Amino acid sequence: MTYLIGLLSVVFLALAIMIVNKSMALSKGIQGAEQDSESPVDGANNINAIGFIVFLVLGSIGAAWSFLYSKPDLLPVAASDHGLITDKMFWISMGVITFAFFVTNALLFIFPFVYRYKKGNVATFYPVNHKLELIWTVIPAIVMAVLVFTGWRTWRDITAQAPDNAVVIEVTGHQFGWYVRYSGNDDNKLGNNNYKLIDDTNSLGIDYTDEKSFDDFTANEMHLPKGVPVLLKIKAQDVLHSVYLPYQRVKMDAVPGMPTKFWFVPNKSTDEMRYITGNPEFNYKLNCTEICGRGHFGMAITVFVDEPEEYAAWCKQQKPFLTQNPDFLAKVPEKLKSKAQKYIEAPAAQSDSTQASGATPAASTSLR
Amino acid sequence: MATATLHATDSHAHEHEHEHHELGFVQKYIFSEDHKTIAKQYLISGIIWAFFGGAMSIIFRLQLGFPNMDLTWLKPVLGQWIVEGKLEKEFYLALVTMHGTVMVFFVLTAGLSGTFSNFLIPLQIGARDMASGFINMLSYWFFFLASVIMFSSLFIETGPASGGWVIYPPLSALPQAMPGSGLGMTLWLTSMALFIVSQLMGGINYICTVINLRTRGMSFTKLPLTIWAFFFTAILGLLSFPVLLSAALLLIFDRSFGTSFYLSEIYIGGEALPNIGGSAILYQHLFWFLGHPEVYIVLLPALGITSEIIATNSRKPIFGYRAMIGSMMGITCLAFIVWAHHMFVTGMNPFLGSVFMFLTLIIAVPSAVKAFNYITTLWKGNLIFTPAMLFSIGLVSLFISGGLTGIILGNSALDINLHDTYFVVAHFHLVMGAASFFGLMAGVYHWFPKLFGKMMNKNAGYIHFWLTFVGVYCVFFPMHYIGLAGFPRRYYSFTALGNGRMEAFVDMNMFISIAAILTFLAQAIFAVNFFYSIFKGKRAPQNPWNSNTLEWTAPIDGIHGNWEGEIPAVYRWPYDYSKPGSAVDFIPQNVPYSATLESNFPEENEEIAKEKEIEGLLDTQNSVYNH
Repeated sequence: MTYLIGLLSVVFLALAIMIVNKSMALSKGIQGAEQDSESPVDGANNINAIGFIVFLVLGSIGAAWSFLYSKPDLLPVAASDHGLITDKMFWISMGVITFAFFVTNALLFIFPFVYRYKKGNVATFYPVNHKLELIWTVIPAIVMAVLVFTGWRTWRDITAQAPDNAVVIEVTGHQFGWYVRYSGNDDNKLGNNNYKLIDDTNSLGIDYTDEKSFDDFTANEMHLPKGVPVLLKIKAQDVLHSVYLPYQRVKMDAVPGMPTKFWFVPNKSTDEMRYITGNPEFNYKLNCTEICGRGHFGMAITVFVDEPEEYAAWCKQQKPFLTQNPDFLAKVPEKLKSKAQKYIEAPAAQSDSTQASGATPAASTSLR
Repeated sequence: MATATLHATDSHAHEHEHEHHELGFVQKYIFSEDHKTIAKQYLISGIIWAFFGGAMSIIFRLQLGFPNMDLTWLKPVLGQWIVEGKLEKEFYLALVTMHGTVMVFFVLTAGLSGTFSNFLIPLQIGARDMASGFINMLSYWFFFLASVIMFSSLFIETGPASGGWVIYPPLSALPQAMPGSGLGMTLWLTSMALFIVSQLMGGINYICTVINLRTRGMSFTKLPLTIWAFFFTAILGLLSFPVLLSAALLLIFDRSFGTSFYLSEIYIGGEALPNIGGSAILYQHLFWFLGHPEVYIVLLPALGITSEIIATNSRKPIFGYRAMIGSMMGITCLAFIVWAHHMFVTGMNPFLGSVFMFLTLIIAVPSAVKAFNYITTLWKGNLIFTPAMLFSIGLVSLFISGGLTGIILGNSALDINLHDTYFVVAHFHLVMGAASFFGLMAGVYHWFPKLFGKMMNKNAGYIHFWLTFVGVYCVFFPMHYIGLAGFPRRYYSFTALGNGRMEAFVDMNMFISIAAILTFLAQAIFAVNFFYSIFKGKRAPQNPWNSNTLEWTAPIDGIHGNWEGEIPAVYRWPYDYSKPGSAVDFIPQNVPYSATLESNFPEENEEIAKEKEIEGLLDTQNSVYNH
């Protein structure tokens, strides 16, 4: 890619210098010659023609140089399985369009120079050529078809159903931050939530009539296991937001009233990225990419990709939301109280009403 | 099909017109029903709006390029929106929103299509005016009213609409979500509703006029490509703007009457809203059903103008006249079925995403054909670089450069990473923003002699072109890199990206901002040239560019009814430039084949027999204008 651009710009440079050289002499000759009052052009005609060549040369150099200059920061290291594939596809597509870009622009700028007005010249009456048109209809169509087809297959794979073993994580956007909820250490299933249950403590509106909620825990940062499929269930509470994990090449809008999802396999841990980037402070981020108000630009949380065992250890340390907020036991329906009881730590349970502790483990088994 | 529609003008009608010639000032310049005056009204409004829209972008580019700059000096203009020397965050979003709205709708839709459709349709097809001068006048004044309302929203305390030019709900539906969603959004919606009314009235007029008022002999296959472009544009607008109107109306209902078209399960500002069952995605579908055709509403007229200018100044027929019409027709049809490529990552069904990816990349084919045809038109021409020609060549370059990245963005798998980043910003600014703007400029330079009877200064035009052309590339080319580095758009600052990513592009953002400021300042050259030439320009000759189309046969100082005496008949297509055998390098459309025996092709000699027939339509044509 880089070489291609370098090569092209050298070729154009050489070409252009040749042409400019020739034209300088030419235009001097012409300008010196008679200023024909009948002539439809003024002296600037040649200058403008040369201008296109100069623009082509300087523009090509500028394009190639600026590309090389910013290359290290373009498409930062892909840290997910599908990201590697889409990056590769991106550079292939980019190669194709870069080629088209240079060829068409070069013709577009060289023709004005070559065919600039010259007294006595007559333009060629050339209104149509069906063969030519057929060629340049069919060629782009074929190139397009190939690109679309590969793109479609990748898209289909990316958006396919998440594997069954995927770790389920819920991320909820709000003005201006993200809540992360994990499906817990016991059932890998997220409990229901309902926006009407939101209050100052239960900012996600977790529904404790659903037993799947009991082991769910929340966090202010996102932890992901490396090499394991992760299914993000994406929600929004107030306005549109969009989950953007730049390194993982993940983006999906968060829509109030319509849960969305995106699954992917993170394949580089935070530590590995710190090593790759040479930046010991490196951290993955989750940003917002859908305008959501004044704090839009700052709406980010830190994301850690851990080795699977580290991830498991981290999860183990997390306490379910219910454990941290035992008051919510009151919202649990009678028949599930015993199940919920398991997540209430002893001191909290003791301070609870006798009624709560009255629902004994024995009762719960019988209810089952 | 050579129909005759047109106007009238036997001597009778003519005298009739003369009686009414002395219109009062108000009727002549303000509530004028003359398409030429209305075109000028659109043009000047568009230019004024363009300077406002441009200035807004300069202010937010200052924030992006120089985040630490003390902006206290802007306080006299922006007042409370400068807080402690910094641009207010919400006002930043307001600027982004208003820049987009103004540029897309008020400059490139009204300013471009409004000006040139109005001006050129009657003159190039040989009509005395639009099908309905009155509706045409209303169209402008609805636009004016929309402009006043939009403009006034800049001055209210809570600020103008700030949810991005796409105003996605719920952000735009809930005043508690941001101050700009209060009165500012109400004014935005009101203004846009009026704007749409204006566009519909204009569009109906353009379509009727093209179909019904062509002069005798002017069959569809003899129409200049400009007219084809305006015709398709009007159809696009007529079919898609009503959808935006309905989207806006439903949003108005949601905002003011408690409905739930777009709202569902929302918890905001410490309370749960009662709305259930709405869909925020519905709005996006409706919006982009207009939004995507809008891209072509903006672009097609520019391409039409370019076709005409490139052919004229290459002294060559446009290459592939029918292919050009065919590709515009293809683009027009496809434009309606690609909208959801703006929504690949909105949570829309991925299967729909696949369908829209296929359709989107198909539209690249007619676009490519157009680009190749322009380039081939230049080949072996005898090129005259008027400012209009320079801008047209510039347009083709921008159209190609911006269009190519569309191949990447139209690929849904690649769009995941690039959606809503600066890559998209770079893409659409080149392909529809700058390209259409260049079309507008090309049109102004080319038809200024016809619009005002004066010539613009060429040298100022050259300088204006080169500064703008280089400037536009300097602004938007580097933006691709910023987008590829993952910078999201509509960010007030990039501090939250972390990992030194912001720092890596500080220089480039600064470069872009400086280039933007210089490019903006270069437009002053145009403004001075434009207004100075209106009053003090050199008097225009009858046909300054030796062009073939009918408008150059009309009197230099446009008169009511466009032609004194009969409207000329049309015998040939508009691109007989440098025809072999002809002594001159252009043969206007109103020259019959019987007068050019030396240059006729064999099949054209057969056309001579039809000339009588065409002449015979004169009475029919006149009768149209006489009742």
